[in-house]
Amino acid sequence: MSSGELTEGGISAPPVRGMAAALEAAIREEGGRVLALLARRYGDLDLAEEAVATALENAVRTWPRDGVPTNPGGWLLVAARRAAIDRLRHEAGQTRRALGAAGDPTVAVGHPAREGNAVGWEGVEGTPDGRLLSGGVIIPDERLRLILLCTHPALDRDAQVALTLRLVLGLSTTEIAAAYLVPETTLAQRIVRAKRKIKAAAIPLSLPADLTDRLEAVLSVIYLVFTEGHFSAGGDSLTRVDLAAEALRLVGLLDGLLPSRPDVLGLRALMTYHHSRRDARTDGDGELVLLDAQDRSTWRQDEIAHANALLGRAMLAAPPSRYVLMAVIAGLHANAATPEHTDWASVVSAYDSLLTLDPSPVVALNRAVALAAADTPAAGLRALESIAGLRSYHAWHVARGDLLARSGRAEPARAAFADAVALAVNESQRRFLQRRLRD
Amino acid sequence: MDYVILIHGDESFPAPAPGSPEFQQFLSGWMNYNAELRASDNFVAGAGLQPTATATTIRRSFGVAEPTITDGPFAETKEQLGGFYLITAENLDEALEWAKKLPVPAGSIEVRPTTFRADQM
Repeated sequence: MSSGELTEGGISAPPVRGMAAALEAAIREEGGRVLALLARRYGDLDLAEEAVATALENAVRTWPRDGVPTNPGGWLLVAARRAAIDRLRHEAGQTRRALGAAGDPTVAVGHPAREGNAVGWEGVEGTPDGRLLSGGVIIPDERLRLILLCTHPALDRDAQVALTLRLVLGLSTTEIAAAYLVPETTLAQRIVRAKRKIKAAAIPLSLPADLTDRLEAVLSVIYLVFTEGHFSAGGDSLTRVDLAAEALRLVGLLDGLLPSRPDVLGLRALMTYHHSRRDARTDGDGELVLLDAQDRSTWRQDEIAHANALLGRAMLAAPPSRYVLMAVIAGLHANAATPEHTDWASVVSAYDSLLTLDPSPVVALNRAVALAAADTPAAGLRALESIAGLRSYHAWHVARGDLLARSGRAEPARAAFADAVALAVNESQRRFLQRRLRD
Repeated sequence: MDYVILIHGDESFPAPAPGSPEFQQFLSGWMNYNAELRASDNFVAGAGLQPTATATTIRRSFGVAEPTITDGPFAETKEQLGGFYLITAENLDEALEWAKKLPVPAGSIEVRPTTFRADQM
């Protein structure tokens, strides 16, 4: 939502900016919550989405005139519910007309089958901690069900990501398409197809008794969104939403819905560590800067402290899960004042533990690089060369060239970098390697 | 909501020989599953199929009045349809639970919602 859309109403600049920000905040913070509540109540995702869209349109129209309500979430909930009931009444009327009957009792609005739970939503109030109350009773937050629906294993990964961003975080199709550099029609199709399957196959808004498996998919989706934002961040992004920030918002939301779950805390800590280094990851030309060469004074210390606290809580449970171990490693880097101050022995041992959970060659590669720092380049090189299955992966050749160079073997190092150039998949990697070859 | 569960597997994989302890185990797995499914409200129908060598395919083409009849299944695949169930379930999760419980050691199990049921038209 840009402030430009609102200036057409002829409202002066400063209030519009405040209004646009308030609207955007309401959409981002409350849109998903209201959608989840309505979807649960009426068991109909399309109806819920349409009702929320109508409520947001009403907000765009009336808030600039009447001011931002004191409880924007409650306002949106009441407006959206009214829109949903209007639509159901309209449908019921059409059905009645089609049947040629004045009052068919089976199509009454507010039929128990379509109006699930008993909490009334008139006179909704907010609480200081952001919960919604109706008649003093807390309205349940149904967003976990919505997140689990969006990441249901019956939907493919791309659809899971698109639906989560659209329905849980309230991003528009345009924003998601731009963030992933895919045509908007492709993205819209992906969402439509997923919603059609949800409806046709009756994928439920349920909370499984054992969340562990389902949560794994949720965490994967969040981390996927984060890495997409983290690693594709370019300078051309005035209009692109910051996927890394959105993923952090989502993991924060999940942490609120499922407090004190080590895997959620671990992922949140991991992403917070990575994100704290965002200003140092690229140079003025947008080129990637490796960890060792980053300007550590630009790392956000407040965020590192937050991540440390999250990780501390995640570590209370044993044994640590995959994301917790990844966070441990990120934390060892984030808390080192210089590359030389890094506790490399602990990094290696965290990689050892990670390898037992995720015995992938890429983890083994990272471990070999850490070992080179903890021990000697030659030790790292030996570990690196013992990894099978990475000969066609450019990063393996980069690491090998680097360790050869540090062992004083310039010629083999040059050959390894040349191999890496040949295998690089994008221009930025190639430019980076050509710089290395010149050095 | 009704769902069909289609069980695909490699039919060339030797089934345990009747009389062997493995066969007993294989049989009781299916008997227990069927008993549990039929005791629930979910069961509608189900059958195991004879090997694809016993299949006969009738093919119809646009504009051609007489169908052709050929020996065998309509496509050669690595896994073959070996059996199916028709169940009724509250939602996909419930259908998937039943599908996951099938005593199938290897293969793929497809779960599809139905559009209608011939016995309910």
